[in-house]
Amino acid sequence: MSVTKVRLAPPAVWGLVLSGMVMLLSACSTTPPAPLRGTGDLGVVIERADGKVKVIETTGRGVLATVGGLGDLSHASVVFSRDGRHAFVFGRDGGLTKVDLLERRIVGRVVQAGNAIGGSISHDGSLVVVQNYEPGGIKAFDANTLELLADVPATTEDGTRSKVVGLADLSGKRFIYALFEAGEIRITDFSDPRNPVTQRFEGGKQPYDALVTPDGRYYIAGLFGEDGLALIDLWNLDKGSRKILSGYGRGEQPLPVFKMPHLRGWSVAGGRAYLPAIGRHEVLVVDTDTWEEVGRIKVKSQPVFAMARPDGREIWVNFAFPDNGWVQVIDTVTGTVTDTLQPGRGILHMEFLSKGHEVWLSARDDNKVVIYDTASKQQIGGFDSASPSGIFFTTRAARTGF
Amino acid sequence: MKVPPLAAHVAVLIGAALISALASAAPQSPAPERARELVHIVRQDCGSCHGLTFKGGLGPALTPEALADKPAEGLVATIVGGRPGTPMPPFQTILSEAEAEWIVDQLMRGFPPDAGLPPASDAR
Repeated sequence: MSVTKVRLAPPAVWGLVLSGMVMLLSACSTTPPAPLRGTGDLGVVIERADGKVKVIETTGRGVLATVGGLGDLSHASVVFSRDGRHAFVFGRDGGLTKVDLLERRIVGRVVQAGNAIGGSISHDGSLVVVQNYEPGGIKAFDANTLELLADVPATTEDGTRSKVVGLADLSGKRFIYALFEAGEIRITDFSDPRNPVTQRFEGGKQPYDALVTPDGRYYIAGLFGEDGLALIDLWNLDKGSRKILSGYGRGEQPLPVFKMPHLRGWSVAGGRAYLPAIGRHEVLVVDTDTWEEVGRIKVKSQPVFAMARPDGREIWVNFAFPDNGWVQVIDTVTGTVTDTLQPGRGILHMEFLSKGHEVWLSARDDNKVVIYDTASKQQIGGFDSASPSGIFFTTRAARTGF
Repeated sequence: MKVPPLAAHVAVLIGAALISALASAAPQSPAPERARELVHIVRQDCGSCHGLTFKGGLGPALTPEALADKPAEGLVATIVGGRPGTPMPPFQTILSEAEAEWIVDQLMRGFPPDAGLPPASDAR
């Protein structure tokens, strides 16, 4: 048995190594730790031309970071994880990008289709579903890993695929959506995510977008190809769908629609739904018990968004090109336009703080986000942003249909 | 030197043919400010249906490849008059036929990038 002599480094080397370690450790301890913070006052602004998003903070009314590398963001939309930490950004080019709002960086990205239009997240937060124009259909992804779990083509009997519009989350990992060409409404159940089950309903001619009411009970699809909307009572699915507001255009020649309206649950307030008419410069008012028309309000141009302030007292309306520099405010008590504002050029989107005291508006052609006080209708803030479009606050994480 | 009458006629005919060929190959450009505005409208507002990169959306793709086999007159007519039964609206209240011809020509060549609108004057 031989004894191996262990050779230690000379003391001089140890001296150097040890002092180096001490220096490194002390350097670490002097780096301030990232301050703890919540995400309830965070959000995302889409900079559509540059494939970037701005991570914003509503408390300080400012920008925390700009994150790039998200692809073609024309018509991009966003949903949030249940904890409000991650934003899932759906790009036009089929890109699905997961952004960490605290670390302010991309933590996952897949390009899942040729041409996409938006997405949704399941009530339990486990599934992100994307709606695609090309190839027409929906796809379900694991919200943690962005792994593809299911591909559900929007195919009809003749073998053709339709563009999918109006995707919304329902209870129990179900999603509802409409098929533009086929004029159908479908519900796909992802309870077993890799083996989805789909139910089909009649829709109407050329559904262009849809909404689920904030309580999750009704689904309403707007129709481009006919005067009316399709309604499904989700508590009574056996009754199928029915038409509401049929013939609201009264057979008159429709005015040109230079931009399709957008529908979401924000249009429901105080037992009424405020819906943009198609080809008429009107907001239609519907009773949400009877689904009968109870009024219509003349507005400046073709409405795009008719959004209720979260307290339901006002509806803010923006307009299609070439009148997209205007915003009108409707008082829901009197049913009249009370304010006509010009917040900037190219107002593409509005987003209210969850209690409604502020609204953020994107002024694409001024390269600015402007912030208005909803009580005084005065601008109280804003910041530069390159060609901003959608503005999305994390408070959406808590709402059905967002 | 006296030019023979036949040669003169031929020269005039060839010249006229050349001029009309050139004219149809390249529609007249609008004034620079209007051109900038049209590029912005097409990129941004047509782009809301056709995509900012014209790869399509609710409306079809408008890339040079996608338009290659389509006659220009039909495309101009679609811009000016819309396409009934589809969401494509008529743009006759927004631009002239000559401007639509220029837009179609630019689309078929590969559309220029958007420089945005000029900054708003303080007089807004």
